[in-house]
Amino acid sequence: MHKIGVFVCWCGSNIAATVDIDRVVAEAKVQPGVVFAKDYQYMCSEAGQNIIKDAIKEYGLTGIVVCSCSPRMHEATFRKAASQAGLNPFMVEIANIREHCSWIHKDKEEGTEKACVLMRAAVAKVTLNTPLKAGESKVVKRALVIGGGIAGIQTALDIADAGFPVDIVEKNATIGGRMAQLDKTFPTLDCSSCILTPKMVEAKSNENIRLITYAEVEEVSGFVGSFKAKIRKKARYVKEDVCTGCGVCMSKCPSKKGLNEFNMGLNNRPAIYIPFAQAIPNVAVIDSTQCIKLNTGKCGLCEKVCTAKAIDYTQQDEFIEEEYGAIVMATGFRPIDASKFDEYSYSTCKDVVTSLELERIMNAAGPTGGVLLRPSDGKHPHSIVFIQCVGSRDVSGRGKPYCSKICCMYTAKHAMLIRDKYPDVEVHVFYIDVRTPGKNFDEFYRRAAEQYDVDYIKGQVGKVWEEDGHLVVRGVDLIANEQIILNTDMVVLATAIEPDPTARKVANMLTASIDTNDFITEAHPKLRPVESPTAGIFLSGVCQGPKDIPETVSQAGAAASKVIGLLCKDKLTTNPCVAHSDELLCNGCSCCEKVCPYGAISYDTHLINDHGVKETRRVALVNEALCQGCGACTVVCPSGAMDLKGFSNKQIMAEVEAICL
Amino acid sequence: MQAISAKIIERAKELMREGTVTKVAGWKAGEFFYDAEPNIFETAESLDGLVYNRFCAANLSKYMIKNSAFESAGKVLVILKPCDTYSFNQLLTEHRIDREKVYIIGAGCEGMCDIDRVRALGFKGITGIDEKGDGKTLVVHTLYGDGEVNIDDVLVNKCEFCKGKAHKIFDELISDNEDEGPRGDRFEGVRALEAMSPEERFAFWQGELSKCIRCNACRNACPACSCRKCVFDNAASGVASKANTDSFEEKMFHIIRAFHVAGRCTDCGECTRVCPQGIPLHLFNRKYIKDIDEFYGTYTAGEEAGQRGPLITFTQEDREPNSVSDKGGN
Amino acid sequence: MSVNDTVDTAVNAAAKEWKPKIVAFCCNWCSYAGADLAGSSRLSYPADVKIIRVPCSCRVNPMFILKAFERGADGVILCGCHPGDCHYSTGNYYTRRRMTLLFSMLDYIGVERERTRVEWVSAAEGARFSKVMNDFVAKIHELGENVKVGDLRCKQ
Repeated sequence: MHKIGVFVCWCGSNIAATVDIDRVVAEAKVQPGVVFAKDYQYMCSEAGQNIIKDAIKEYGLTGIVVCSCSPRMHEATFRKAASQAGLNPFMVEIANIREHCSWIHKDKEEGTEKACVLMRAAVAKVTLNTPLKAGESKVVKRALVIGGGIAGIQTALDIADAGFPVDIVEKNATIGGRMAQLDKTFPTLDCSSCILTPKMVEAKSNENIRLITYAEVEEVSGFVGSFKAKIRKKARYVKEDVCTGCGVCMSKCPSKKGLNEFNMGLNNRPAIYIPFAQAIPNVAVIDSTQCIKLNTGKCGLCEKVCTAKAIDYTQQDEFIEEEYGAIVMATGFRPIDASKFDEYSYSTCKDVVTSLELERIMNAAGPTGGVLLRPSDGKHPHSIVFIQCVGSRDVSGRGKPYCSKICCMYTAKHAMLIRDKYPDVEVHVFYIDVRTPGKNFDEFYRRAAEQYDVDYIKGQVGKVWEEDGHLVVRGVDLIANEQIILNTDMVVLATAIEPDPTARKVANMLTASIDTNDFITEAHPKLRPVESPTAGIFLSGVCQGPKDIPETVSQAGAAASKVIGLLCKDKLTTNPCVAHSDELLCNGCSCCEKVCPYGAISYDTHLINDHGVKETRRVALVNEALCQGCGACTVVCPSGAMDLKGFSNKQIMAEVEAICL
Repeated sequence: MQAISAKIIERAKELMREGTVTKVAGWKAGEFFYDAEPNIFETAESLDGLVYNRFCAANLSKYMIKNSAFESAGKVLVILKPCDTYSFNQLLTEHRIDREKVYIIGAGCEGMCDIDRVRALGFKGITGIDEKGDGKTLVVHTLYGDGEVNIDDVLVNKCEFCKGKAHKIFDELISDNEDEGPRGDRFEGVRALEAMSPEERFAFWQGELSKCIRCNACRNACPACSCRKCVFDNAASGVASKANTDSFEEKMFHIIRAFHVAGRCTDCGECTRVCPQGIPLHLFNRKYIKDIDEFYGTYTAGEEAGQRGPLITFTQEDREPNSVSDKGGN
Repeated sequence: MSVNDTVDTAVNAAAKEWKPKIVAFCCNWCSYAGADLAGSSRLSYPADVKIIRVPCSCRVNPMFILKAFERGADGVILCGCHPGDCHYSTGNYYTRRRMTLLFSMLDYIGVERERTRVEWVSAAEGARFSKVMNDFVAKIHELGENVKVGDLRCKQ
C-alpha cells in the first residue's frame, strides 16, 4: 500500500507567480497513492524540510514527491531530509516545476497545467520506486593534475601539502605554462618569473609531487576514487636523470633555426634546447623534427660535447600507468590566432604583434633583452597603438563571443610600463569598454590613463596597413564621433584567449562536459564552480573560463581542497542507480556485456529455479561497484532481463503514461 | 533430395549406433505429406521415420538451445539446410547453443515447396508430390491424375530469395548440389514499399497487420526470438497486458519484435512461412537488414559465429537519426 | 459576419485549442541541464513539452517511444550529449544507431517520421534547447494531431 506525500514549493514567487500552487496541491491529493499534500514558501529551507520530515513520520509515507526546482539543485537535500526521517532516500522524486515550468511559461493557466502533469508523472514514478542502498568503493589516495601551469602547480602543491601524492602531467618540456612567459603582472607590476619560479622549484622538490613533463595523458578509464590513466612520456632523447642542464649542447648544436616557442617565435633556438633558463626540470630536449642526427643519422655533436653522457638518440616514448582517486584538469589557454583578423594586417606586418609577443619583447630574457624594439627593423618605436577585444566579444563568428577578461588589465599594464620606461613613446588604446572589476584594478587603469597619459580612445579600428616604413591605423572615436587616422610604429593586438586545444580531447577522455567554446562545464556555475559534473574530475584555472592569475590561484586552491576532501575518505558511497539483471529472464546472450563502457558485466553459470524447473544457465552479472548506471545494456536486452534501478523500464513507462494521460 | 534423404538416415543411424550422438533432430512426416514437422528422434530404429524432402522448410537450429543445455546429456545430431546454418551461428554468437554438444549434418537443399502455391496453380485433390529426378521438376499426384510443376514456380518465399547453397557451419556435409550464390533480389519487396507514398505504405501495413490474430507463430518459429521469457509475456515488463486487446502489445508487437531481432535476424524467413494469416513479416526484417547494409556496411547475421552485431557497435561517423527522411516516391 | 466566417473562426478556435502532447527524453548530464539553463535564462518554449529525465540517451528504449505514441503523444524528442561528449563515453553512439533504425522503420510504415527527433544538446546550450523545442513544437503543430502512430498495428 503506497502512502505518497506531495510537497509543493513556491520558491518565493519563482514558482508561485506562474503556477497556481493551490491547484497543484488539490490535484496531487487526488492522485492514486497520495495521502498527503502540502505547499510551503521555501521547501528547501529548514522549516520546509521539517514539514517533509514530520509528514513522513506522521503519515508513515512510503514515498515523497517534491515539486520544486531542478533535481540537479536540491534532489540531494530532499533525499537527505527523507533519510533523516527514516525514509529510504531513493523513495524521493522531484518534479521540476521551476526551471522546466514556472520560469519559462508566462501564462499561469499553462504553467499550472504543466506543473500538474509533471507532478503526476513524478507520483506515477515514485509509486514504482524501490528502496535502494548505496554500495561502497575504494579511494586511491593519489591525484593526477593535467597541466603544469600556475593552476596545475598550485593545485598540486596544495594537495601535496595535505599529504597526498600528486602527479603533474605537462605536455611541454617544462612546467610553468603561460605565466612563465609573462613579464610583469597587474596590478602590482611585480615580476612574473619572480613569483612563479619559486613555486616551480617547490613543485620539483616536494616529495609528494612527481613531475611528468613532455608527456600526455592517453587514456583514462574508471571512475571517481579509482581512475586508471595511461600517460605517454614522449621521447626527449635526453636522459632526464642524467642531464645537468649545463647548456653546452645548446651552444654547439648546428641546427639553430627552430622557432623559439617560449618567445612566441620571435627568435630562434637550436634543435636541442632548454625552453628557458628557469625551466623545471632543467633538462634539455631534442626537437625531433629539427635534429640533424635524428633525421639524417649524421651530426651527433651534442652527444660528443655532453660530458654527463645524457644524450640518447634511441630513446622511445614510454608509458606510465597509474591509478588515481581524483583528476584535476588544468589545461590552460592560448591566445587565438590573430591572422584570422586580416584588417589588422597581423600576418603581413611584422610590427603588428600580439600582447603575448609584446610581453616577450618587454621581458629581459626575451628576444630583445627587454628593450622595446620594433620587430621589423629593430628600431625604437615612437608611437604604439593598442587594439582591444581582438576576437573577444566577437559576433562575426571569427572570434569568441565571450570577454577574455584579462586584456583590459594587461593592456593598461603594457601601456603604463611603456610610458614609464620610454616617456617619449605615445600610447593609444582603442577599446570597446574598459572592464576593470577587481581589487585595485580600476585604480590601476586610471593611473595608466591619468598619470601616464595613455590616450584611451573609445572606438574600434577598421584597418591597419603599412605605408612608407610605418603603420597607419584607421579607426573611429565614438565619443568625438569622428574617424581617426593615426600614424604609428607598432600595433599591439589584445587577442582573445581560448582553451588550450588539448582541452577537448582531455575532457572527452575524462567524460567531463565541455561547452561550445571548449571551456569545461562546472557542476554548478555558482555553487560548484571547481567540480565537473563527472564525479572525481575537478577544474583549475582557465580551462573552466577566462581568469587572471589571482583568480586562477584561488580556484586552483579551491580545486585542491575538493580533491583533498575526496582523498581523505577511505570509502565512497556509490550510485545505487545501477543495472541489475533478472536471472530468470536472462538469455545469457552477452549483448549487454558488449555495450558496457565499464566492463561491469560478466557471465557465470548459475543453477536457476525457473518456477520449479531447475536448470543451469549462463547469466549476466553486474558488478555494482563498476556500473555507472548509463542504461546502455537495458536497451540491447530483448527479454528485458537487464533493468536499471531508479530508472526502470516500468518507472519510465509510468512517467510516459502519466504525461500522455 | 530423396537421394540424400536415404544417406542422411543411414548416417544418422550410424552416428547413433557408434555413440557419437544420443538423439537426432530432424523432421518426421506430419498428418499430411506436406506438413513435415520437426522431431527429436531418440532411437536408431525411430530414424526410419525421418524425412527430408521439399517440405522440410522448418529451421531446426532453435531446437538446439534446449537440446544443448547444461543438463542435457550427450550430443545431439541436427540436420541443417544452408540457410539454417546462419541461425545456428547467430545462436552460437549469443551463447545460446553449446557447440560441443551438437553434431551438424549439413544437408544439401534445392529449395522448399509451398503447397499453397501448387494449389494456386490449379491442382486439386493433391495426394503427394515427388521429385522427377532432374532436380527441377516436381511430379504432383492428384486424385485426378499426375501433373508436373517447376519448383521455381512453387518455392516457399524464403527459398525464392535463397541466400546460397553453402553451409556456414557443419561437421559433415551430405549434399549433391553446388552453391549457385544468392537467388533473386531479396530487397525487391522492401524497395517496392519504399517507393510508395507514406499514405500507400500506411495503407499497405494497415491491410496486412489487420489480419494478425496474435497467435505468436512468428515468434515461436523465429530463432532470434528465443528469449527465455518474452517481454510480451512478462507482466512486470510494463508492456504486456493479456486481457485488454486494445493494448500496447496488440499495437506495437510487430514493430518491437522486428526491433528486438534487428541486427540478429538471419532472414531465415520462418516468420512469414509460419504465419497462418499470410502476413509478409519478412518485409520488416529485410527492411532492417537493408538499412543496416546501407547505413553501416553490409552485415550478414550468422555469416560466422562470434560476429559483433551492428546494434552493439558504432562508429564515430555514423549517420544522424534525423537524416532518415521520407524515401517516398511522391 | 457570414456563416463562413463563423465556421472559420470556429475552426481556428479548435485549432488553437488543440494542445499537442510532446514527450522529451533528456539526458541528465547534458540536455536536462540544458533545459535547466533554458529555465534559469527564462528562454521559453511551449508548455506542451514535458521532460522525462534519463541517465543517458542510451537508456531510452524504443518501447518508451512507441508507448508514448500509443498513449496519444503527438511527438517524441530525445536529447543527448553531442557525439563524442557522452558522460558515459559511448552511450549516445548506440542511441544514434538505435534511433536511426527505429525512425527509418516508422517512415517505412508510413507514419510521419517528423514526429520523432533526436537532438544533441549540451548542458551549456540553454538557448539551443529552447530553440530545438520551439522548432519541434512548431513542426508538430504543422503535422497536427497524431492519428496514425497511435496505432502502429494499424487495425482497420
